[in-house]
Amino acid sequence: MKAIIEQLTQAFGPSGYEGEVTSLITDLVKDYADELRTDVLGNLIAVKHGSQDGKKIMFAAHTDEIGIVITYIDDKGFLRFSPVGGVGVASLVGHRVRFASGAIGVIYQEEETEWKALTIDKLFIDIGASSKEEAEQKVHIGEFGVFHREFADLGTRLVSKAMDDRVGCAVLVEALRRMGQPKNTVFFVFTTQEEVGLRGARTAAFGLDPDLGIALDVTLTGDMPEARRMAVSLGKGAAVKVKDSSLIAHPKVKDLLVDLCEAKGIPYQMEVLERGGTDAGAIHLTKEGVPSGTISIPTRYVHSPSEMVDLGDVQACVNLVLAVTDADLSQII
Amino acid sequence: MLLARLTQANGAPGQENEVRDLIRAEVQAHAHVVKTDALGNLLAIKNPDAPGPKVMIAAHMDEVALMIVGIDNGYLKFRPIGGVDPRVLVAKTVVVGSKKVPGVIGAKPIHLQRPEERERAFTIQEMVIDIGAKSKDEAEKLVSLGEIAYFTTDYEELGPDKVKAKALDDRVGCALAIRLLQEEVSFPLIAAFTVQEEVGLRGAGVAAYQVEPDIAFVLEGTTASDVPGTDDHKQATALGMGPAITVMDRAVIPNPQLVQELLALAAEKGIKVQIRRSTAGGTDAGQIQLSKAGVKVAAISVPCRYIHSPAAVMCRDDFEGAYQLVKHYLARLEERVGLS
Repeated sequence: MKAIIEQLTQAFGPSGYEGEVTSLITDLVKDYADELRTDVLGNLIAVKHGSQDGKKIMFAAHTDEIGIVITYIDDKGFLRFSPVGGVGVASLVGHRVRFASGAIGVIYQEEETEWKALTIDKLFIDIGASSKEEAEQKVHIGEFGVFHREFADLGTRLVSKAMDDRVGCAVLVEALRRMGQPKNTVFFVFTTQEEVGLRGARTAAFGLDPDLGIALDVTLTGDMPEARRMAVSLGKGAAVKVKDSSLIAHPKVKDLLVDLCEAKGIPYQMEVLERGGTDAGAIHLTKEGVPSGTISIPTRYVHSPSEMVDLGDVQACVNLVLAVTDADLSQII
Repeated sequence: MLLARLTQANGAPGQENEVRDLIRAEVQAHAHVVKTDALGNLLAIKNPDAPGPKVMIAAHMDEVALMIVGIDNGYLKFRPIGGVDPRVLVAKTVVVGSKKVPGVIGAKPIHLQRPEERERAFTIQEMVIDIGAKSKDEAEKLVSLGEIAYFTTDYEELGPDKVKAKALDDRVGCALAIRLLQEEVSFPLIAAFTVQEEVGLRGAGVAAYQVEPDIAFVLEGTTASDVPGTDDHKQATALGMGPAITVMDRAVIPNPQLVQELLALAAEKGIKVQIRRSTAGGTDAGQIQLSKAGVKVAAISVPCRYIHSPAAVMCRDDFEGAYQLVKHYLARLEERVGLS
C-alpha cells in the first residue's frame, strides 16, 4: 500500500487540473470496478454493484491538491502567483513548485520582509529563466503548479506533499482492490476541486443521488509540541468525525461507524475539527438531503509540503470502509 | 445605441425591472420563448426543442447601488447594495426612488473636519444624500425607506476608442448577450439575464437549474487596474488588450478544455485576448458550473477601470473582441453539430 500512496502523492493535480491523478487511479482500479466513468467536473466514479437489497453509498476522496497559479511574468523571467486553495505563506518561502510542463521553480520573497508582514503578493517564483521570453518557453500566465516534494517512508509513518487527500484516494483504491461483491452498491468517487470549495462532490452527489455519503479525508492532530488542543493523534486509528465547519455528521452515521469499529476491532478515535471541511459538507446538502459522515486520516502538517500520516491509521480506514460497504443500513435510511 | 440605453437604465439587485423591460423588448424578435422566472431572471430561448448541445450565455442585469435606510433632518442615510468603495461617493449626484428625486451625496466640509478626520476617508455612516428637503416630513413626501439611489452618470465616448458610463458591470455582458442571441444557430441557445449577482451570485444558479445547459459562457465586466500607481504584477487586466478569460477566481475554475478552445480560437481568428491575472472576485460562472450534475463553463470579461464606481471606463475594441470570440465559438459549434 505504501507504493500506491507514493504514486498517488507524487502525481500532479492542483484543483481543476486533476487529470493526471484520475488517470493514474483509473489504471489502479480498472480491473476491480464493475463500471468506471468521468462526469462534467472531472470526478472519476468507480462503481461496485451490490446484492439486490443493498443501499447506494457514495464514498468521496478528493484528487486535487493545493497549489498556485501564475498571474504575471516580469521582464527578468520571474513569476508572480495567486494561491489555489488554502496555501499558507509560511509554507512557501524557500520551497519548490512544479508545473504541468515539468518546469520547477523556487519560491522566494521580495527583500527581507518581516514574517508577520509577508503576503503572497510579496513572493515570486524563480524558474531559472533570465528573461520573459525564456520563461514563456516553459510556462504561461494562468498555468497551475503544485508543491514539489518527494515521498519519504519513515517506517510506520509516511510523509509527502499532497497526502491531503491522495491518502484518502489510496484508502478507496485499496478497499476496492480488496473487496468482493459488497452488500450495498458502492460508488467510489474521486472528486475534483475540493480545496477551492467542495465543488466536485456537489455535482457528483447530485448525479448519483446516494442513500449514504461518506467522505475520506485528512484531519488535523493535536499531538505535536505546543499544538493547538485537539484529541486526535497519529497512530491511534481511523478518526470518526463528529463535526467540522462544513458538516455535523448524521448521528446514526457516526454511530454506525463507531459500532463497526467496535465489532471488527478496528482502532478508532473521535474527531471534532474546529475549522475545515470535507466533501461530506457538500454531499449531505444534496437534493432533499443525504445522511453523511466522514472517516478521517489523522495527518500532521496539513497544507504544508510535508504532510505526515501513520500507515496503521490508513489500514484502519481501509478496514472501516470495507465494513461500511457490507453493513446493514436499513436502520439508518 | 444599445449599450448607452442599457447603462442609463437603473437596476439595483432585486429591482432589475427597468433593465429587464428594456432587454425583453430587444430579444423578443430573436427568441422563440421569452420568460421571467420566480427570482426575476429573464430567459430568452432560441430553438428550445432542438437537439443539444444546449448553450447558455449569461449576463447579470443588476448593478451596485445605494439603499435609503433612514431620514435625518431631511437628509437621507444610506447603505451600499453590493461592493461600493465609500471613498468614491462624496459630491456625486444621484437620483432617488420611484419619484426620481435628484440628490447630492454630502458630508462635513473639509474646513470643519477635525485633524484626524482629514487623514482618513469618510465612512458611509458619515455621508448623507441631500435632496433639498428642510425636514423629515418634507423628505418623506418624496422618498420612502428601502428605495434606491442610483448614480446619474451619462454615457459618453472618451477619445477614439473608450466609453465612460455607470453600470458597465454588467450591462456590457447584457449588450453582448443580446447581440449573440441574433446569431443563426440550429442548437438551443439561451440568453440568461440574471438578477442579484452583486449580492452573491443568487439568480444564476436558479436560472441554470431550469436551463440545464451543456455549455455556459458568462459575460462580465471585470476590474482593470492599468492606472498610475499600480505595480504591473498587480494588474488583473488592462484596457485594449482584448477580452479577459478567467482561469480561476474565488467562485470558479472554468473548464480547462473550454478555456483552451477559446484561446486557440482567438489565436486562429486573430482576436486579441488576455488571461485575467487575478484570482479575486467571482462571477455567475461559479453557480452555473455547480448546477445539478455540473456544467462546462467559461467566463469572458470586458475590462473596466473604476468598476463599482459612478463612472467606469472601457475600451470598445475589448467589447468587440468578446463579441467576436463567442460568435466564432457558436459558429464553430454550428459546423460541428451540422456535420454530426
